[in-house]
Amino acid sequence: MADALISVKDLVLEAQDGGGWRQIVHGVSFDLAAGEVLGLIGESGAGKSSIGIAAMGRTRPGVRIASGSVRLEGKELIGAPEEDLRQISGQTVAYVAQSAAAAFNPAHKIIDQFAETAVQEGRMSAQAARALGLEIFRKLDLPDPERIAQSYPHQVSGGQLQRCMVAMAMACNPRAIIFDEPTTALDVTTQIEVLVAIRNAIAEFGTAAIYITHDLAVVAQIADRIMVLRNGREVESGAIGQILDTPAHPYTRDLLAVRKTPYGGSGKTEGAALATICNVSAAYGKAAPTIKDISLSIPEGRTVALVGESGSGKSTLGRVLAGLLPPVSGQIKLDGKQLAPDAMRRDKDTLRRIQMVYQSPDTALNPRHRVRKIVGRPVRFYFGTTGSALGDRVAELLGEVGLDETYLDRRSAEMSGGEKQRLCLARALAANPDLIICDEVTSALDQLIARDIVDLLKRIQQKSGVSYLFITHDIDTVRSIADDIVVLKSGEIVEQGSRETILNPPYADYTKLLLSSVPEMRHGWLDQAIAERQVSASRAHAAHDVHRSSK
Amino acid sequence: MLISVNLVAVLFAPLIAPYGETDTVGGVWSPGIWSADTPDISPPAILGTDQLGRDLLSRLIYGARNTILLAIVITALSFTIGVLLGFLAAVLRGWVDQTLSRIVDVLMAFPTLILALVVLSAMGTSTAVLIGVIATIDATQIFRVSRALARDIVVMEYFEAARLRGERVWWLMVEEVLPNALGPLMAEFGLRFCFVFLFISALSFLGLGIQPPTADWGSMVRENAAAISFGMLIPLFPALAIALLTIGINLVVDWFLQKSVGLKDG
Repeated sequence: MADALISVKDLVLEAQDGGGWRQIVHGVSFDLAAGEVLGLIGESGAGKSSIGIAAMGRTRPGVRIASGSVRLEGKELIGAPEEDLRQISGQTVAYVAQSAAAAFNPAHKIIDQFAETAVQEGRMSAQAARALGLEIFRKLDLPDPERIAQSYPHQVSGGQLQRCMVAMAMACNPRAIIFDEPTTALDVTTQIEVLVAIRNAIAEFGTAAIYITHDLAVVAQIADRIMVLRNGREVESGAIGQILDTPAHPYTRDLLAVRKTPYGGSGKTEGAALATICNVSAAYGKAAPTIKDISLSIPEGRTVALVGESGSGKSTLGRVLAGLLPPVSGQIKLDGKQLAPDAMRRDKDTLRRIQMVYQSPDTALNPRHRVRKIVGRPVRFYFGTTGSALGDRVAELLGEVGLDETYLDRRSAEMSGGEKQRLCLARALAANPDLIICDEVTSALDQLIARDIVDLLKRIQQKSGVSYLFITHDIDTVRSIADDIVVLKSGEIVEQGSRETILNPPYADYTKLLLSSVPEMRHGWLDQAIAERQVSASRAHAAHDVHRSSK
Repeated sequence: MLISVNLVAVLFAPLIAPYGETDTVGGVWSPGIWSADTPDISPPAILGTDQLGRDLLSRLIYGARNTILLAIVITALSFTIGVLLGFLAAVLRGWVDQTLSRIVDVLMAFPTLILALVVLSAMGTSTAVLIGVIATIDATQIFRVSRALARDIVVMEYFEAARLRGERVWWLMVEEVLPNALGPLMAEFGLRFCFVFLFISALSFLGLGIQPPTADWGSMVRENAAAISFGMLIPLFPALAIALLTIGINLVVDWFLQKSVGLKDG
């Protein structure tokens, strides 16, 4: 295509692997027409970010372009001199990274950082750049643009910061912007705002964009065309409607099916309460309490999901229950017996009965230990098992979580994200616990793998009758695992009840907001959600303090 | 390679040294065998002689024995103390951490050399006291490093998981913290080892370190320093020996890190 803005042809990328080079992208081609939005979608390791960066003629450290061509308005970028590339990046093609917090310099005001590129390139005066900044901030619907412009990055919220990043990308009026997972790190309710900002910005400025994400539902709201990638190869590509309605490849169909997981929790009827939390408030240091007067109970063999945005105090509650953060007031009971607030004062058997699985398996596994030790240690520690019995038990545990004995001598660095999370689960199961606290266990994983982990959790529950406290921000996962749901906001319970009560109308306002913010896999969902939001927001304003009573 | 030469010197010093540690074999500061002026003795003084006419090579070899052994003992001792207490402070936190840290602060507030001088002149200059004093002073630095390292590790979730399991402090320190702090600690070991060298030689120069006529590289540099102004190479040999050993130790540390823990960034 002669009129393509960016034309990538047979791109082969290699990454450094030990001493040699390993192909990570095996010949990908696409064209991006002016004003068009292309969605690149795939799981982690699919090579989508590397392709995005290569589209600017650049590579990450440790990655090189082996062959192929990248043309920008007909001009070859590969092998172009550094000077030209610098001209291009920021001016013709801009880049928006996943973590805005990491991309901003914490020591300078946002508006100064905004103006920096434009002023340095000599395109406009500092004065003009600041004025332009305010104008773009306004266009992106940032509340109180003057204040945000004068703020330092840590003084604004994550969603606002991400929108500032988008504004910055717009500063030099580029022909194309590359968005690399711009909403992945955000809460669903914030994600919506950023999505709208991005879409408006693209429409307003007529910019072309490459939108990289692992979430098909998100890209469905923005892209004109989608390319599905897997293991560095194109699986299929086509117009948005065609991919959503008539996907050709089974992998695409899998991705589409992710949000259609069967509903249901353990299905166990409510029995005796295993753990109860009574009027617990907790705070970090002398700060204002993070959670206030929370009461809930976890019945035997059932799954209680704790849902809320980041900062709602849901993880804090999990830490209080585990004894990592002694509460300021309130009690925690296990089997009706009161527990010591501090884990260090609980006896070994109590510690054994409550296990924890974390969000990020990378930091939850000792990188120097091998699988044998990671799983074997709790078995030995709690039950005194040694010798061949220990080996058998470890193998059995690994089997339960879908790993086999070939993993025994590996370290966590030699395993994939999903495998690591399975290993964490095996470590928790090794203690034969009665309650497992799952703190965002699926949110660091790709969707397909997250679904497998949820299935695994359910299977284990059926077999062993363990209870879960499932902490998550993703109300969609909740549907497929929870028996009971507790919705948390700003440290307080908004509502709690069985899954049927919470997830069916009538909704509490906040729950409705959460539910409506989950992207749906169809075109036009974003407009609808925004419209609904405005309606409910005005209504919520009118009936501010009318809460639906819990249960 | 560099290390193994030194190791041989340490182990078999009396066998390979052409002369005794304190034997006077020739004139003062006679040049080595590359010069026509070398004293006519057999075996020849390959590197020349020092300020009292002793064979430099022999003294280098004996010096290796004294200096390296002493430095190893001191560094090992200070690491044992420093790392143990540093980890303990980080793992237990609370008042244990406060107490240990304040004690270390007090010790570090004194200039190290003066502190060492005071203690050594009060308690005598036997080797045991020397080792103890330098190790204690060095341990304060290592305490700082290992406490900082451990503090980064105790906030990791795998550590939290082990703590929640009810593991004892010893397990937490040895199994969870130590392997993950090993990289930076080994690098620190290589560096500290050389500092100890210099510290010993500084003390020796002031007359409180290794006592003459015992040979050690640091004092050999000092004793022969004046020769450099006569255009002679003699003081450079012990200095070169220190430098080579330093590089050697660091190479070994790097190699060990890559080999044993697969660390690429020291």
